[in-house]
Amino acid sequence: MAIASPSPSAVSLRDVVALSGRFPLLAGVDLDVAVGETVLIDGPNGAGKTSLLRVCAGLVPLASGRLSVLGMDPGRQRTAVRRRVGLLSHASHLYDDLTVIENVRFAVRAAGGDVARIDPACERWGLVGRLATTQASKLSSGQRRRVALAVLTARWPEVWLLDEPHAGLDASARQLLDAVIAEAAASQVTILIASHELGTAEDTATRAVTVTGGRVTADRVLDRQTPTTSGSVTHVA
Amino acid sequence: MWRDAVLVAGKDLRIEFRSRVALSQVTPFGIMALALFAFALGPDRVIMAKGAPGLFWVAVLFCTVLAIQRSVSVESANGARDGLRLSGIDPAGLYLGKSAAVAVQLVVLEVLLAAGVILLYGARIAVPWLIVASCALGTIGLAATGTLYGALSSGLRVRETLLPFLLLPIVAPVLLAGTRIWQAGMAGGTPSDGTQWLRLLVVFDAVYLAIGVVLFGPIQETA
Repeated sequence: MAIASPSPSAVSLRDVVALSGRFPLLAGVDLDVAVGETVLIDGPNGAGKTSLLRVCAGLVPLASGRLSVLGMDPGRQRTAVRRRVGLLSHASHLYDDLTVIENVRFAVRAAGGDVARIDPACERWGLVGRLATTQASKLSSGQRRRVALAVLTARWPEVWLLDEPHAGLDASARQLLDAVIAEAAASQVTILIASHELGTAEDTATRAVTVTGGRVTADRVLDRQTPTTSGSVTHVA
Repeated sequence: MWRDAVLVAGKDLRIEFRSRVALSQVTPFGIMALALFAFALGPDRVIMAKGAPGLFWVAVLFCTVLAIQRSVSVESANGARDGLRLSGIDPAGLYLGKSAAVAVQLVVLEVLLAAGVILLYGARIAVPWLIVASCALGTIGLAATGTLYGALSSGLRVRETLLPFLLLPIVAPVLLAGTRIWQAGMAGGTPSDGTQWLRLLVVFDAVYLAIGVVLFGPIQETA
């Protein structure tokens, strides 16, 4: 049985099954994430971590079960949910022929975000000067990641779904990312992080969920006193 | 919806301005097609002028397929299509924006191809407004249907070969009406014959724009 959340759920999955063709991506996931909670999602490769985040973003339809994000059904209230959710995925979602700043501007405007936040976000991620006017096709994977993070930071949605957010980032960018995650958590943003390399973001998290074979197999409260995932562990059948 | 449409059209046109695919690849392809038709028909200027309306629209149709494939491929790289879906952008606005960007590119192309048929085939335009109206309405119809069928084929690995197979039969009314209107608007034609074909294009455009606005979202989610 999963750990019950004390405050209203930002994300709630009930016996969620998702398929890719006939292949099960999720095989009956039950999970509640409270508003403002930061949850780490771990598990082996192919366990369903990315699929879980994509389902929460409404990108993968449910074969069965119930999903609620911020009290809404992502299948029916797609636009409303997506405007309040941000997914940082493996793909950069950038247009190669547009410059860095053009990509950020387009993504933020398309999501109905506050355009006044664009320049500070780009500045924060070091996307200034010549780099801001460089075409995305010429960027390294780490720089592409910074652009995607700048979009997320400028949008500042209510739910952040971060898939391997540290991948490709250098040491300083990892530190900055951890600081941004801590800042978001402090401002009651709900955060789900699927990652193998958690860095200090682990200190911000309040819970860790293990996904194996498309199911939640462990759900544990993290003890802030110790940096590792010690604390009470609930194994899920 | 309109705000999103303008945003998407601006983005697609900016990408085209940077990459110049339509200018450097699609337009030369269209002009080459016109030149090849001229070679096939032989040196008789009368036959070439007579065939000019149909050949113009066949060339436009082929170029439309390329322009739509380009419009789809822009969203395929780097998971950009997922990025658009995640942004919560209005699907109707997205559809209208992408259609508008394709339409703008087709208008530029048609101006060059029209110059091509005048120079290569010796075609003489007698009623310019009829020709302009057919190009405007035909372009809207081609962009509207092309964007819709482009989305339909976008998730498929065989989209490059499937798109022409799906699209060309659907846009046959544009080819037919456009050719008839051009014949009516050329020297020796009967202008009144063209107006009823213009009505057909108006209906075609209205039907496909309405279908696209309604269905583009669901198609995008399932493709």
